[in-house]
Amino acid sequence: MIGWSGHLASTLPTRLALEATPLAHLRPLDIAVIAIYFAMVLWIGFYLKGQSNTGEEFFLAGREMTAWIAGLSFVSANLGSLELMGWAGSAYQYGILATNWYWIGAIPAMIFLGSVMMPFYYVSKTHSVPGYLDLRYGGEARSVAAIAFATEMILMSGVNMFAMAVVMKVVLGWNINFSIIVSSVAVALYVGLGGLRSAIFNEVLQFVLIWGGALLVPILGLYQAGGWGGLKTRIVTNLHTDSYFHLWRDTGSFAANPMGVHWTGIVFGLGFVISFGYWTTDFLVVQRVLAAHDLRAARMAPIIGSFFKMATPFIVIMPGLLGLVLLQNPDGSRRVLVGEDVTAACTLNSAGQVIDPASCSTAMGRTNLSPEQRAKVLAGGPSAELHTYNQALPLMMVRYLGPGLLGLGITALIAGFMSGMAGNVSAFSTVWAYDIYKPLIYKNGSDSHYVLVGRLSIVIGVIVSIGAAYLVQQFHGIMDYVQALFSIFVAPLLAAILFGMFWKRATRWAGFLGLFLGILFSAGLFLWVKLDPSRLAVVALSPDAKPMAENVFRALWAFCFAAIVIVVVSLFTKPKPVAELDGLVYGATQLPTEEWVPLYKREWFWAVVVGVIFVALNILVW
Amino acid sequence: MHGARIPIWFFIGLLLTIYGAMIFAHGCYEAITGDYAAGVQLTRLHAPIWWGGTLLLLGLVYLAKFRPGKSNERR
Repeated sequence: MIGWSGHLASTLPTRLALEATPLAHLRPLDIAVIAIYFAMVLWIGFYLKGQSNTGEEFFLAGREMTAWIAGLSFVSANLGSLELMGWAGSAYQYGILATNWYWIGAIPAMIFLGSVMMPFYYVSKTHSVPGYLDLRYGGEARSVAAIAFATEMILMSGVNMFAMAVVMKVVLGWNINFSIIVSSVAVALYVGLGGLRSAIFNEVLQFVLIWGGALLVPILGLYQAGGWGGLKTRIVTNLHTDSYFHLWRDTGSFAANPMGVHWTGIVFGLGFVISFGYWTTDFLVVQRVLAAHDLRAARMAPIIGSFFKMATPFIVIMPGLLGLVLLQNPDGSRRVLVGEDVTAACTLNSAGQVIDPASCSTAMGRTNLSPEQRAKVLAGGPSAELHTYNQALPLMMVRYLGPGLLGLGITALIAGFMSGMAGNVSAFSTVWAYDIYKPLIYKNGSDSHYVLVGRLSIVIGVIVSIGAAYLVQQFHGIMDYVQALFSIFVAPLLAAILFGMFWKRATRWAGFLGLFLGILFSAGLFLWVKLDPSRLAVVALSPDAKPMAENVFRALWAFCFAAIVIVVVSLFTKPKPVAELDGLVYGATQLPTEEWVPLYKREWFWAVVVGVIFVALNILVW
Repeated sequence: MHGARIPIWFFIGLLLTIYGAMIFAHGCYEAITGDYAAGVQLTRLHAPIWWGGTLLLLGLVYLAKFRPGKSNERR
């Protein structure tokens, strides 16, 4: 780790000195659109300040959100910069396979959360997921989960900052530091003032902006490509494979698909461990549902969110696919995007020449760049600039959006980034105040004291995450990094929550050790492969596996390890009396009866509808 | 207390109305003058006019439906 940090420190000044040629110049109309968004966000923050005075108001938005607001916020908290840029870039690299992260990687878990798990979270009246672990297992498990989650949130917030700075650099030529400072000050202000309610309001606002700003790109792109059929023909003609259009067909072997994953990893690692871990136990998203005004709204919120989650690939995956054949270099040739490692190896000096031609040439040898394009890059010059996978979406925006619309598209991205940060820091502040500060540092504070701690932790969290923003630049793709975080923290947490919620026999020490040792095991696997990448073949069970497959399989092994620890330790330790498990465990809880409502207002009816659509879509692009 | 609150949908309606009006007006200007931004594709489709118009209409509907003092939706 020391060597890695040293490398980061040595490359940072070079990276920050990079001056990319901006893809677009904002006109006054675009700047007005962005300025109005910032004004609106700050207005909402100041307006809601008066409604965020108590702990419940500040940390849980007063528990008075409707199902629609909680549902949109629930899905929107995950629709930040990582989603928009990372998955558009992943679609460019891997094709429609990336859609698995939206469908099997989200929909079943959302349905399960709304239909099965939500009553236990809601009835227990917990303020957080670590809070649930406290009630179910005890303080040890809570502390481990809280510290791991708080760390994850800070790193995630840094990822959002970095992604936003990249967009501003690529599209507008803004300095990275300037973008990070502006976004972090705005987030610290509006979340610090209005708490979770402010974060939720802005997430719903962001949801509308993203659809309003980004939907036009795939519409115009598909029109230009000649529709879905035209796009397929162009990709097959240019790339000589139709693998980009199949969700499952080519997952029978690691080597048959561009992502290098196997269907077992997608189904069990992604569809179960990562997906259920994220959507049902990650407090960032669960917090939005806990803010619902009653149990029915809390159950309905994830179901509502699942419909929009299923539709999101149209504005995220589709631009990536379209970019494969529609993006052009200034000379009219097809533009080939590359990984962050290639652009780093081909860094230019102030004279526009590649600093290390040998490294650059080697790095480009691993890409699909044509020999002519490689020669242009090595020679330097205005048409030789390389762009990364993560820039696919902004490049597509610049291609189709004129003044005003471009401002709206950029505002949608900014909103996504800031909302992502806001989600991270609001969840961080709740866990810090209630699950770390209160039980471990100062137990007997007043409600207003913890609200103050929450507000301060937002400011401190933002400052710490600024440092984390620069760590992200060392990774090949943004999403690979995030998946690594998920599998390290979330997989063991899922095991602890599922066994705690559905197995009365799970004991205090089993929950703690399963979670703690599971995180160590998962982090150990991560470092083991990091130190020697050839070990990827062992973790992912194939020499053809790629990093995305490693993330999926690491999550699966971490879950299995934590589950085994929980079962074994439970069998050798004394369980809690069943009477103490009321409201926490399936089979020991009397759920409240809900009033009769018509069919169309029942969560299970809509769960069936979304389930049918989910199956149909998977068959459609099999 | 809840009755005095401005619902989130009102903020959304306000933002959509402002953005829609700005983009629609600029689209009309572009169509009349032929002064399109360099490098932007498919300008002949006049996307700012119909997209901006859609946002404007949607925003006005939300403003009318959720204006403070009128709606039952308070949260």
